[in-house]
Amino acid sequence: MSPNVTRRVVLAATAGGLVLHERIGRADDTTPAPPSALPQKAIDVELRVNGSRFPLNIDPRTSLLDALREQAGLTGTKKGCDRGACGACTVHIDGRRVLSCLTLAARCQGKAITTIEGLNAGEDLHPVQTAFLHHDGFQCGYCTPGQIMSGAALIKEGHDGSDAEIREWMSGNICRCGAYPNIVAAIRDASREG
Amino acid sequence: MQAFHLAQPTMLLDALAIGNAADTKFIAGGTDLMQLLKDNVETPAQLVDLEGVGLSQIRADASGLRLEAMARMSDVAAHLDVRAQWPVIAQALEASASPQVRNMGTIGGNLLQRTRCGYFRDTGFNCNKREPGSGCPAIAGENRMLAILGGSDHCIATHASDLAVALTALDAVLELRRAGDAPRQVPITEFYRLPGTTPQIETVLRPGEMITAVIVPPSAAARNSHYLKLRDRASFEFALVSAAVALDVRDGTGRDIRVAAGGVGTRPWRLPEVEAALRGKKLNDDALREASSRAGEGARPAGQNAFKQILLRRAVLRTLQTASA
Ligand SMILES: Cc1cc2nc3c(=O)[nH]c(=O)nc-3n(C[C@H](O)[C@H](O)[C@H](O)COP(=O)(O)OP(=O)(O)OC[C@H]3O[C@@H](n4cnc5c(N)ncnc54)[C@H](O)[C@@H]3O)c2cc1C
Ligand code: SF4
Ligand code: FES
Ligand code: FES
Repeated sequence: MSPNVTRRVVLAATAGGLVLHERIGRADDTTPAPPSALPQKAIDVELRVNGSRFPLNIDPRTSLLDALREQAGLTGTKKGCDRGACGACTVHIDGRRVLSCLTLAARCQGKAITTIEGLNAGEDLHPVQTAFLHHDGFQCGYCTPGQIMSGAALIKEGHDGSDAEIREWMSGNICRCGAYPNIVAAIRDASREG
Repeated sequence: MQAFHLAQPTMLLDALAIGNAADTKFIAGGTDLMQLLKDNVETPAQLVDLEGVGLSQIRADASGLRLEAMARMSDVAAHLDVRAQWPVIAQALEASASPQVRNMGTIGGNLLQRTRCGYFRDTGFNCNKREPGSGCPAIAGENRMLAILGGSDHCIATHASDLAVALTALDAVLELRRAGDAPRQVPITEFYRLPGTTPQIETVLRPGEMITAVIVPPSAAARNSHYLKLRDRASFEFALVSAAVALDVRDGTGRDIRVAAGGVGTRPWRLPEVEAALRGKKLNDDALREASSRAGEGARPAGQNAFKQILLRRAVLRTLQTASA
């Protein structure tokens, strides 16, 4: 083992792999290394969602999607496939669109999370929301929060140069009702306003 | 999903030390690993979160391109030097997955994503890669998406990464590190193993070893490189067949020629037979057609995937035409 590795880590690694956890049981040189890397039953994490803080105690397996819906009570974000393939669970983390179903909530400490509930501060709708209403950008509405989160990010990214470009950069959001033409029209419209 | 311990080190050396423990996996963007955890295909006792260790720089200069392992797919694809000097990398990445997945997925994780063979990802089936010795139902079953090159009687799964195909054409080198060992460099062409009798062992990576960076040399051919991906739908789909071509053409003559293909091999597949047929030749349409007709020498289709032989030649031809136009 490299001499650069700290003694704490050597101790812990040879004891079977359990090493410091930044949020719970902060280990240091004076703490005896735990016997093995037992799974944590629950860990503390504070989610910062739409500007509010949610201190949670969660199983480390919890996805951000489940934490938002079942613990923070924010059910606007939808679960479609739960495997990264549909985009229904799209949220913004630190300003970028990502999939909450493939994100462990325990890895989100300190990050700024935005969901459909917080896309626009206050009572007014975000321009993409208004445009979806205007263009009928949905039928059943299940994919819609994800579509809108993705569309708002797409405009910020500057991928709104043409309908073809919008379609390509919206390809991560599937709509089972097939509202695609109206979704593209809504995003095109909203991008002109922005 | 099985319960695991989540370790969140903030230093690379700590991550390496923890990663060296038994039954431990690194988690980068999590876009592949989370799926495999949810489906109980991967059941590690411990995850080492790589987010805190940094390692996300993208550096391009006269000596080449260095992509640190935690650089995000989207950031690499958008990087202006990458787009200008190594366009095949940006094109392969932008043809991968979706914008959301690319914002999460990392360069290291992308190269180590597991196959999309449906049997591998469903624990209700036997699979030699997931459970060595249990058998391969794909060889006589659903194999339309699977490999025609490099397979064995034990496994014919394709490697699904688009980026790996581009990097194979460009002779990229992977920088690997493991606690206690000196860092080492392995060319990507030697990184992936053929399945043989041990399809569960996919790379030369040692237990606990991490990819820390990918290094890509600069070249005239890299500046004139191109990626073509053919798939069942226009976007957000894995390749049926893809081709990566890098060409240095002077006075109409092919000097430096690199051709690699995806979707056809059990690992990213270099096509030396096509390269040799063009080196030093005038790159007119007849020469391109003749050379691409050699693509996939030694292919062994399994049944449903026989169409890939023809599709491969056509994909290579079209990519050569684009890059030499
Ligand atoms: C719906 C969907 C569609 C997709 N379509 C495509 C596509 O068309 N083309 C394509 O190429 N890919 C596609 N992908 C795959 C995607 O690109 C990969 O999942 C992603 O690149 C993996 O990166 P990650 O950082 O999320 O890896 P993770 O999921 O975090 O890790 C993947 C594996 O790599 C290991 N690992 C990660 N980083 C390191 C490291 N630095 N050193 C050692 N081991 C490491 C992990 O232990 C794990 O085994 C798709 C994925 C999804 C979900
Ligand atoms: S092709 Fe490979 S991954 Fe697919 S079922 Fe056979 S052994 Fe498993
Ligand atoms: S629920 Fe996350 S992509 Fe489908
Ligand atoms: S509106 Fe029904 S899935 Fe899109």
